[in-house]
Amino acid sequence: MLTDPSPALDADAFTLRRRPPTEKLVDLGFRQLTLVLASMVAIVLLGIFLTVFQGAREAIATFGLDFLTTSAWDPVNEQYGAFIAIYGTLVTSFLSLLIAVPLGVGTAIFITEDLIPTVLRDAIGLMVELLAAIPSVVLGLWAIFVMEPALRPVLNLLHSLLGWSPFFNTVPQGPGMTPAILILVVMVLPIITAISRDALNQVPIELRQGAYGVGTTRWGAIFSVILPAAISAITGGVMLALGRAMGETMAVTMIIGNALNFNLSLLAPGNTIASMLANQFGEANGIQVSALMYAALILMFLTFAVNVAAKWIVRRLSLRY
Amino acid sequence: MANQPITYSSSALFDRRPLHFDPNLRRNRLNQLFTGIAGLFAVIAVLPLLLVLFHVLVQGGRLISVGMFSELPPAPGLDGGGIGNAILGTLLVTLIASLIAIPVGVGGGIYLSEYSQRGWFAQFVSFGNDILAGVPSIISGVFVYGIVVATRVFFDQSYSAMAGGIALAVLMLPTVIKTTDEGLKLVPQELRWGAYGVGASKFVTVMRITLPSAFTPIATGVVLAIARAAGETAPLIFTALFSPFWPEGVFNPIATMSVLIFNFAIMPYEAQNALAWAASFVLVMMILGANLLARWISRMAKV
Amino acid sequence: MTSSFHTSPAVEASKEDVCMSLQNVTISYGKFEAVKNVFMDIPRGRVTAFIGPSGCGKSTVLRGLNRMNDLIPGCRLKGRVVFDGYDLYDPKVDPVEVRRRIGMVFQKPNPFPKSIYENIAFGARINGFKGDMDELVERSLRKAAVWDECKDKLRESGFALSGGQQQRLCIARAIATEPEVILMDEPCSALDPISTLKIEETMHELKRSYTIIIVTHNMQQAVRVADHTAFFNAEAVEGGTGKVGYLVEFNDTERIFNAPAQQATQDYVSGRFG
Repeated sequence: MLTDPSPALDADAFTLRRRPPTEKLVDLGFRQLTLVLASMVAIVLLGIFLTVFQGAREAIATFGLDFLTTSAWDPVNEQYGAFIAIYGTLVTSFLSLLIAVPLGVGTAIFITEDLIPTVLRDAIGLMVELLAAIPSVVLGLWAIFVMEPALRPVLNLLHSLLGWSPFFNTVPQGPGMTPAILILVVMVLPIITAISRDALNQVPIELRQGAYGVGTTRWGAIFSVILPAAISAITGGVMLALGRAMGETMAVTMIIGNALNFNLSLLAPGNTIASMLANQFGEANGIQVSALMYAALILMFLTFAVNVAAKWIVRRLSLRY
Repeated sequence: MANQPITYSSSALFDRRPLHFDPNLRRNRLNQLFTGIAGLFAVIAVLPLLLVLFHVLVQGGRLISVGMFSELPPAPGLDGGGIGNAILGTLLVTLIASLIAIPVGVGGGIYLSEYSQRGWFAQFVSFGNDILAGVPSIISGVFVYGIVVATRVFFDQSYSAMAGGIALAVLMLPTVIKTTDEGLKLVPQELRWGAYGVGASKFVTVMRITLPSAFTPIATGVVLAIARAAGETAPLIFTALFSPFWPEGVFNPIATMSVLIFNFAIMPYEAQNALAWAASFVLVMMILGANLLARWISRMAKV
Repeated sequence: MTSSFHTSPAVEASKEDVCMSLQNVTISYGKFEAVKNVFMDIPRGRVTAFIGPSGCGKSTVLRGLNRMNDLIPGCRLKGRVVFDGYDLYDPKVDPVEVRRRIGMVFQKPNPFPKSIYENIAFGARINGFKGDMDELVERSLRKAAVWDECKDKLRESGFALSGGQQQRLCIARAIATEPEVILMDEPCSALDPISTLKIEETMHELKRSYTIIIVTHNMQQAVRVADHTAFFNAEAVEGGTGKVGYLVEFNDTERIFNAPAQQATQDYVSGRFG
């Protein structure tokens, strides 16, 4: 046989010369299956919107746009307004970013721009990444039992120095807006650091060389060439962090005090949409559920707008280099 | 200067200084100042991790005993007890979430990378995926409350481990899709051509060639997504709720570590507060372990 | 082919001022030596070309002349690079100050993500320029022979230009700071022949006022633009894995190409290897 290979044997050795119909069916079926699975994203997204909108309709009909500007939250008289929560969401998220952006970008610069040995850079990078992995609820626990008591003397000092201002005119008594802002800083810092780090790493080496080549100092190069080149991605990251800060629930809920009365003071308890949902949703009934759904809709709208803006910024501002 | 310098028409218009380093020069002092500030910021950035880990280790680690894993939490006001039911509950709810999110997410990722040709639908799914990733976790809880808990679809049960698992799956889904899509994109095109070249069907190519080649990035992303889900609390508060008892199947309310931490942290009883720290310890160890595992997986592949 | 040597001012090489002097320079990355034992006196006001096969260390030496290698982790230089009476690698020397006096043009055009105007003005400003900025921008762009293409879009991004124009913008950026020396690291390797020709014309213009040192892969280019040429070669290290570069010969361009002293140079310039 070996010396005389017969052509008939070759043809018979491959039994699948012609694809069986089952194989084509599997092929097509698998494609359709993955299509359906991919569609789940759209379905879930649509489902979230419809569920929340459907739930909110009664409250929208009852309270209209006054819901955004009034601050009554009165289950007995069934009067609801989300102003405190909306205000708290915006104030805590913006103020936390105000602190976290310089910290995060500064850290990212410190661990990308060859200022310290590589081992140390990697260690700091790793620690910041692990900070992102700590669950929000654990940070909340830490905030209640460790951070807030340690912070109290500082806040008291702030009150005694700046008590004349409406933003600091209440005596700090535990939970409040300021501890919530600080714990939000801890939560968004890893996002900002990680995205800024990636953005800085992607600035081409040629650009750095060009900057050094005309005789800039290290920080001259960072401020006038490297940061401008990375700014779109960093801004996008900051927007993503803003979205996260707005929607962040547990740590804030545990430390913000969940106030029902409006107070301008940052030392007083406050509230956010997310913490209001976490606190009340389980025990709400009737139109209160609908009012909470309305608040959830507003939160969704805010985070949606911020996330879309983030994508738009990255696409629009990105420089070709 | 001994040599005759070349004359420049405008060299007088520039600051020309000798070459030696002058630490008192404004720019060199500014340089040091900024480096110092950046270093300070980096220290501030890592400080929370160190402090949180320290307190979790000290406050939670010292409570760890066999009883902590095998007993139920005590009634309010009583001492002792453990968090056995919550550990089991976290594992169960996370398992449910993984069983839903991993097949759906990997399948969706395969569609995006291997089948979609990046048409309008794929772009829409990608965009939607990014938006879904940005949806606050509490909203995912509200969603599942609306479609599962309030409607009592599962055997007329309202709060359940199942509902909690679905809520976590909604959070995991975008991560799994994204890592699958990006992992598959890294597979060299030549590998697919090679498979097609020997007459393999698309299904066989994907399952036997492409997907195994992208195993490492996908596994890394999935492990991170599971770790993230295990620590989530907000979607569980009003879906899985809580239970002081051992798990009673997937269609009943169930205790989880994260909800236990939330509930017990705000109780005015020291025994409960202590259990919250113990649960934090177990949870943080599990999550950090998963993170290090993910790193290890991706490092293994690089060697 | 006429060497540009004949067209340059008739000054004998031996009488020329020495601009930079390399004294037993050895550069290594980590444990591996990239190039070793280089001695060389680079004359002032002339164009000097570094040629040689890939991996011979010519770019490494060039970057060593204004301490650009500082930016590469693990890169070290032994020996002395003397410029203006200073050893550039003396610990007391400020590399930033060095780069202000010794400018550089890189292999890939690398305009800053700023307007064309700002690309020029940026370097001048950090060098403490006190004159009329508009005039400086125009003069620099004219010297780099890119003014006509740029004059109507000074406020547009530097990326709006073509590759060749970007590279001439980078040359303009380098000369705007009025350095004494301009280092060019294969400035034409990413460009088409027409852009290359324009940049070579620019170099002829520039050597009246600057010392230019250029690394090039293209021997014709060396012949066209350089007064002096240094030929580097690489040899396998005994028992080692990599190659180490060394300077074979440094002389007038005409001598290097027509009557080299070394057989290796002869082989290389006649295209027998490399």
